[in-house]
Amino acid sequence: MSALDVGSAFLESTVRTATPLALAALGECVSERAGVINIGLEGAIIAGALGGTVAAGILGVGGGFVVGALAGMAIAALFAWFTVGMRADQIITGTAVTLFALGLTGTLYRSVFGDAGVALTTPTAGDIAIPGLSHIPLIGQAFFAQPVMTYVAMLMALLLGWWMRHTHAGLALRAVGEYPEAAVAAGIAPRRVQALAVLFAGAMAGLAGATLVLAQAGTFVEGMSAGRGFIAIAIVVLGRWQPLGVAAAALLFGAANSLQTLFQAMGWVGVPYQLFLALPYVLTLLVLAGASGRAAAPAALGRRD
Amino acid sequence: MTAPTGETALLSLERLSRRFGAVQALDEASLQVRSGTVHALLGENGAGKTTLMRVVFGLLTADRGTMHWRGTPLRVRSPAHALSMGIGMVHQHFTLVPAMTVAENVALGGHGLFDREAAAARVRDVGARAGLSLDPAARVDALPVGAQQRCEIVKALARDVQLLILDEPTAVLAPSEARELLAWVRQFADAGNAVVLITHKLRDALAVADDVTVLHRGRTVLSKPASSTTETELAEAMLGGAGASTSIVTQVMAAEQDELVPETELTPGLETSVQSVDETVLSLREVTWRDGQGLVRVHRANMTVGRGEIVGIAAVEGAGQHELLRLLAGRLTPEQGTVVRPADVGFVPEDRHRDALLLDAPLFENLALRGAGRRRGRMDWTAFRTAAASLIAQFDVRATGTTVAARTLSGGNQQKFVLGRELAGKPPALVVENPSRGLDFKATAAVQQALRTARDEGTAVVLYSSDLDEVLLLADRVYAVHAGQVMEVVPDRDAVGRAMLGTLADDAPEALGDADRTPAGSSA
Amino acid sequence: MKGARTQAADALVSSPSTDPIRRVLSAVGQVGVLLAVGLLLLTVLLAATGHAVGPALAALVRGAFGSWYAITSATIVRMVPLGFAGLAVAIAFRAGVLNVGAEGQLLMGAAIATALALPLHDTSPWLAIPIMIAGGAVAGSLWAMIAGVLRLRFGVLEVISTIMLNFVALNLVGWLVRGPLQEPQRINPQSLSLPPSLQLPVLMEGTRLHAGVPLLVVTAAALGWWLFNTASGFRVRSVGANSRAAHSAGEIAVGSTLLLTFALSGLLAGMGGAVEYLGVTYALYENFSPGYGYTAIAVALLARLHPVGVLGTALLFGALEAGANAMQRDAGVPNVVVTVVEAVLILLVVALDRWRARSAAATGSAGSST
Repeated sequence: MSALDVGSAFLESTVRTATPLALAALGECVSERAGVINIGLEGAIIAGALGGTVAAGILGVGGGFVVGALAGMAIAALFAWFTVGMRADQIITGTAVTLFALGLTGTLYRSVFGDAGVALTTPTAGDIAIPGLSHIPLIGQAFFAQPVMTYVAMLMALLLGWWMRHTHAGLALRAVGEYPEAAVAAGIAPRRVQALAVLFAGAMAGLAGATLVLAQAGTFVEGMSAGRGFIAIAIVVLGRWQPLGVAAAALLFGAANSLQTLFQAMGWVGVPYQLFLALPYVLTLLVLAGASGRAAAPAALGRRD
Repeated sequence: MTAPTGETALLSLERLSRRFGAVQALDEASLQVRSGTVHALLGENGAGKTTLMRVVFGLLTADRGTMHWRGTPLRVRSPAHALSMGIGMVHQHFTLVPAMTVAENVALGGHGLFDREAAAARVRDVGARAGLSLDPAARVDALPVGAQQRCEIVKALARDVQLLILDEPTAVLAPSEARELLAWVRQFADAGNAVVLITHKLRDALAVADDVTVLHRGRTVLSKPASSTTETELAEAMLGGAGASTSIVTQVMAAEQDELVPETELTPGLETSVQSVDETVLSLREVTWRDGQGLVRVHRANMTVGRGEIVGIAAVEGAGQHELLRLLAGRLTPEQGTVVRPADVGFVPEDRHRDALLLDAPLFENLALRGAGRRRGRMDWTAFRTAAASLIAQFDVRATGTTVAARTLSGGNQQKFVLGRELAGKPPALVVENPSRGLDFKATAAVQQALRTARDEGTAVVLYSSDLDEVLLLADRVYAVHAGQVMEVVPDRDAVGRAMLGTLADDAPEALGDADRTPAGSSA
Repeated sequence: MKGARTQAADALVSSPSTDPIRRVLSAVGQVGVLLAVGLLLLTVLLAATGHAVGPALAALVRGAFGSWYAITSATIVRMVPLGFAGLAVAIAFRAGVLNVGAEGQLLMGAAIATALALPLHDTSPWLAIPIMIAGGAVAGSLWAMIAGVLRLRFGVLEVISTIMLNFVALNLVGWLVRGPLQEPQRINPQSLSLPPSLQLPVLMEGTRLHAGVPLLVVTAAALGWWLFNTASGFRVRSVGANSRAAHSAGEIAVGSTLLLTFALSGLLAGMGGAVEYLGVTYALYENFSPGYGYTAIAVALLARLHPVGVLGTALLFGALEAGANAMQRDAGVPNVVVTVVEAVLILLVVALDRWRARSAAATGSAGSST
């Protein structure tokens, strides 16, 4: 394999693994800009994965994505009911919601598809090569010959960045996350904004989960979200709560995940694979430590009253 | 309680009532505001002034009563609704988003696309018409308090309001800025609009208002033209007329009239107000402190506080007094310079709920909190219960026992408890910050009396109050803080006022746009 | 990320009220009601997923309480790791430290105890067992202190960092049991079995009831006494109730109090891991913990963060998990169903707290409206 091929394969894998992370993190970015930190994101991802798996078998890949997003939204609605409706603690609620979704998906999956969790394959979304762009050396295949959700993530990053700065709804979102009292005085209903932001984050996380199944694994595995919801929260911090920054940070995590492939391609098979598996989590810790300081964080993040 | 004159009122409130739990915040309150006038709404803290105006602005709904706007009945559903009807309100605590620009703040609440250029043009346009200069692209958290207030007003004016409600607008301003604001208020009303000025300062009210309404315990107790009333009459009305103790009235009047009443009148039995100050208890030498962003909040401060004196601190919001007090109390460690202080300094922070109390813990645990960082070994809860019981008795804290949660106490009783806790054990020094904020007259008097007693017993007391009159009333010596600079000044209203603004030159009336000499941000 | 966590635990810390007996009774009553709701939910879930409700619930009860053996060797044995991890979570939440990493700390405790077993093979159990438990405790403590340092020095939310550390610990154990700690034949991904001489003594002949049970009870009692009767325990509670007031009014060093809490919390979880290894599994393997560290959150919250209460709720969840395994074995019901029940119990406790806070606000101080 030539160095170019190795590089291209590495980038391709980077973008592929970054896609679900970026989707979930972009949603979380919106939610956090409204002042809600959603630890239940992990639960929305796993719900989206199961929802996508089940629906894809019946409705096809497109239906799988839609149902995945809806499943993520349902979990987010539970979270919003507690944190926005009752003003309950966001972190404890989020933890409980994640446990809830992990348990529920496990129960449903084993009940419907058998105790041992018989491997179930689903249709997967094919790659869409963008004419012209996909032939650029090194990056062409990585960025422009990917399943549809990669393009959705890219568009979302651009769109959300524009939306936050150039629409009144975007201003309202930021005002609610920075200083809800000011939003109230301007005639904005903070709870409505927060609820909508949380639901949006849930839909994006559900899409991320569906992407894991329908564009990558081709099957559902219990607990396959594997902490991606928490990593997505770290990505939002690293991206400084800016959609484009979040997308770039997601790529960094995708790269960390893909190092395994790269090292295997380079013949470093002696390194225990568990260490590669631990790498994204260690990286999250390092990134959070490095990105310390709340300078860019919404001022009312996590606030209840 | 009819309208002061016969003409139709712009805003008319009839017999509005509103109850919160056990508290009747509004009890058939009425108010008539005429076009082209400034209407002062007076009352002591807790009298229902803000509650009444929150009903008008749609932040609260009344349980009973009616509201007429331009002669027709109106029930305001929300702030957005109020703004659309031409009613704007500037709150005591600004409702600006600190991390957004002036233009974004003014545009907040709109629909569709946000056009940055158009929003900036609107700010410039409204500002020019009203005589309020503002940079639309400036971030609000970089603006001084006076400019933030102008931003709030422009925000309301940009919605074409005809009635502007200002809630204690002068509380955060230095005296000269306050004068400029009141002049602007007059001019705005003269242009055919109306202003409701919520205040507890009689001086402000009589200086600028056409009509005056006084609330007491949620009821309208006085409503007449400003020209036909006197400060004495208003003060008595604020206290509910008959039954108010004269000594408190005297005290209020004293504060309003700028006269330092001789101590002997207020604290019988005290021979002289001149204390010996040769024994320094607290001192700062060349102390500098920077916040997390590297901004210098206190710059090379020098200060001494002696045994048995009350040293007052005067400052406008965010001048560095917040940090200065904490340096004196040992709650912050200086970056440079030396702080000499006793090991035990009592500290009464302004935000009791966040900084002084464990709201859900019982009172005896809240008592035990003091000095908990230095304690070792077992906690003797029986002793703390006994001590809490005697504290409650000594400081007249209204609580049903020592095991009730601090949350269940009223604000005044919480403050008396905190002050009592900090004074228990007679610390050599005590630092207090806005000790009477949010308290009614009786509680204020009790708190002020406790401070004097502590001083007389030899405690070195440092007092900051955002109410300059309270500082002047209580302090033996005064330091002014401006932009982190600390200087001692003669305890005279004008001198202190100028020092707070950072100018000792006489401040001639200026355009409202030019008074930005106070430092950025607020540390609260 | 301080804003997110400052208010985190305040609603959860029950304050001592007047009458202790009434307090205990109302707490037990509450748990009873919550449990009834949990069981109802379980019934609905079972029915919805097409399982026969009757036999499944019967299996649940049989597995938990059906026989002397079930009680001592399934329920109570599971109570031990849940109890230690529950104490870890309770003490952390008391201080406002949202340690959801008891799982990882427990795994690290078990891993170090396993690693210590090899060199201690031929020593006296009187020496070896305390060393292994202490080693596990220290390992858990250090693992938690990573999150503590990250929070205090770098402002990293401990919820995120402890979860990340859980995944790291899980992969670390996966590597250890295939690498340095693998049994000599190198066939199965697990450690060498602990020689009987080093195992925690069994208390009753014919059961799996081991010495870890009294150790848990003594630990919980000591922790409760410390929390409510000592100055340092009071500091931990004060920091959790209101860290700003603890600093400002109490002159408490908030940072070191928090770090102490992280250390103590990890210590308890690590101890739990070591005790589980020494008393039950006798070996380290990949799925050493079926999520004890996560269940511990429900254990601690349901006990209102009270160490002695944790003993009760740990027993309850021990029964639930023992019953769930029996349900899976005998009725084909996936045992993860109890995770759903646990999550709902946490949510119910949270909702109850909000409801109580709201009604307190409505009847209490409403005078600050002006």
